[in-house]
Amino acid sequence: MSVEIAGLTRRFGAGRPALHGVELLVRGGEFVALLGPSGSGKTTLLRVLAGLDVPDAGQVRIDGRDVAGVPARARGIGFVFQSYALFRHMTVFENVAFGLRVRPRGARPREAEIAARVRRLLELVQVPELERRYPEQISGGQRQRVALARALAIEPRLLLLDEPFGALDAQVRKDLRIWLRGLHDRLGITTLFVTHDQDEAMAVADRIAILREGRVAQFDEPAALFDRPADAFVAGFLGEANRLPCRVAGGLAHFAPLPLAPVPAAVADGPALAFVRPAALVATPGGEGVVRGARHDGRVLHLSVQLGDTLLEATPAPGWEGPRRDDRCGLRIASALVFPADAAD
Amino acid sequence: MTAVPRPAAEDAAWARLAAIGAAILVFGLLFLLPLLAVFVEALRRGLDPALAAIADPDSLAAIRLTLLVAAISVPVNMLGGVAAAWCIAKFDFPGKRLLTTLIELPFAVSPVISGLVWVLLFGAQGWFGPWLQEHGLRIVFALPGMVLATVFVTFPYVARTLIPLMQDQGREEEEAAATLGASGFQTFRRVTLPNIRWALLSGVLLCNARAMGEFGAVSVVSGHVRGQTNTMPLHIEILYNEYQFVGAFAVAALLALLALLTLGAKLLLERLTGRRAAVHA
Repeated sequence: MSVEIAGLTRRFGAGRPALHGVELLVRGGEFVALLGPSGSGKTTLLRVLAGLDVPDAGQVRIDGRDVAGVPARARGIGFVFQSYALFRHMTVFENVAFGLRVRPRGARPREAEIAARVRRLLELVQVPELERRYPEQISGGQRQRVALARALAIEPRLLLLDEPFGALDAQVRKDLRIWLRGLHDRLGITTLFVTHDQDEAMAVADRIAILREGRVAQFDEPAALFDRPADAFVAGFLGEANRLPCRVAGGLAHFAPLPLAPVPAAVADGPALAFVRPAALVATPGGEGVVRGARHDGRVLHLSVQLGDTLLEATPAPGWEGPRRDDRCGLRIASALVFPADAAD
Repeated sequence: MTAVPRPAAEDAAWARLAAIGAAILVFGLLFLLPLLAVFVEALRRGLDPALAAIADPDSLAAIRLTLLVAAISVPVNMLGGVAAAWCIAKFDFPGKRLLTTLIELPFAVSPVISGLVWVLLFGAQGWFGPWLQEHGLRIVFALPGMVLATVFVTFPYVARTLIPLMQDQGREEEEAAATLGASGFQTFRRVTLPNIRWALLSGVLLCNARAMGEFGAVSVVSGHVRGQTNTMPLHIEILYNEYQFVGAFAVAALLALLALLTLGAKLLLERLTGRRAAVHA
């Protein structure tokens, strides 16, 4: 099921709109993350897609059909809420059966068929033993799975998940996201999920849409976002990066007064901002910098280097064994992403 | 829990005992004693005169009318209260705060005024009086007026019980139901109503207790026609003013009994819901 979003705008009262001309084209069967800081419009976008909110302008086409006049209940879109929104007075079984029971008489399966389907779904989400429990009697991770089973019961064409792992602790989160990705690959339902956790988005999504102030800043594969960010916001938002003000002249970025060698920059001459990943800032023994801190994360050694009055995150050059605090070092930029200063934050 | 130092927020034992003692004293003097007095006075000459006073045709008519007024007003307020609470808790619209405040108006206004407004509207000299007379319709000094007055006075009970609960529950479950294909009515019946049923019953019982006991507003619109437009509270007053103490207190005892029954039902309900919540916790 493809999803085409064009010029989507949604305003809540005065001030900056929650969505401001969102453009997005999701292919059928894709697993897409909507990533952005809080207040960037991710959840609003999801709610508009589900028909729970009405846009002020713009179009949503699902499988080529404009869904503007289609109410939420007729859209056939599965929605998993951040707080799960399970029906608190119903058992897990009844929660999952709900979407089947409310069908019009003609389309409603028989009781035996409903029971069989609910049990199949609970098997699928790996909690078959919970069917008689109430939502408040099960854990957060289990609620998440039940909410997903309930959404899948209507055989949705499109699955929307709002911060699906937000309320879970770190280990359960990791297990669930891998499992969810596996489930997606088996079922092939086009899936959009909202997250503010970039590791999560990077780990499971085919493509990530980065939202910023109600617009899509970039929509691309994880590696491409990281290596070729479209603008300074994306470059600064994804992963860690040193931000270095610089001046571009003749295709080279100069970092004066910092003692750093110029790097190639494909932007117009003038003030600019360079983003340098810690892995691309190489420290070698001896030089004008001073190591202020060194910490090992189990795989790599991270250095904090003071250069002039700037503190930079760097990586020791291969072969430099055991840099210590107060060692002197030099810095070399292996690669940098340079953006004109006026567009930068 | 042994050898735990006394938390700072906990008061000394004597202070607690004094507070509890004061509460019991006030409760006993102001609530229990008067209630007891009603039953003692009713039974002063024995059970038979009391029962005879209740069996009096005028008393029976008053009992019937009281039950009839409650039987009409309570369902009306149940529907109206649910609708108002649903609007206020689940939707945003201009004037929402005003509506929330208006719901409490009957609590703030004196019941006499709550009755008087209907006389002003529908009485012989009222705005719609001449028109009603032309068409031979009686509202004031008849059943419709008494129902209107009772509905007005008791409207807040259901709505005020439901609004905080429904606001607390939010609208996500309703939205979830919508994405699963449920119609508005299905959502209300299968999701909203079961979530509020105990609070609703509790509000309805309170509303009922007040509807049966209302004096001021009903007194203004009733006209006090014995055997026709007298409810139990009005009938009690008339009997009392005519020095028929046994009759007055017998009917009063019955009315108090109805109220106690209602409160007992409410208590039982809270026990049951408490146990149910504990099982699910």
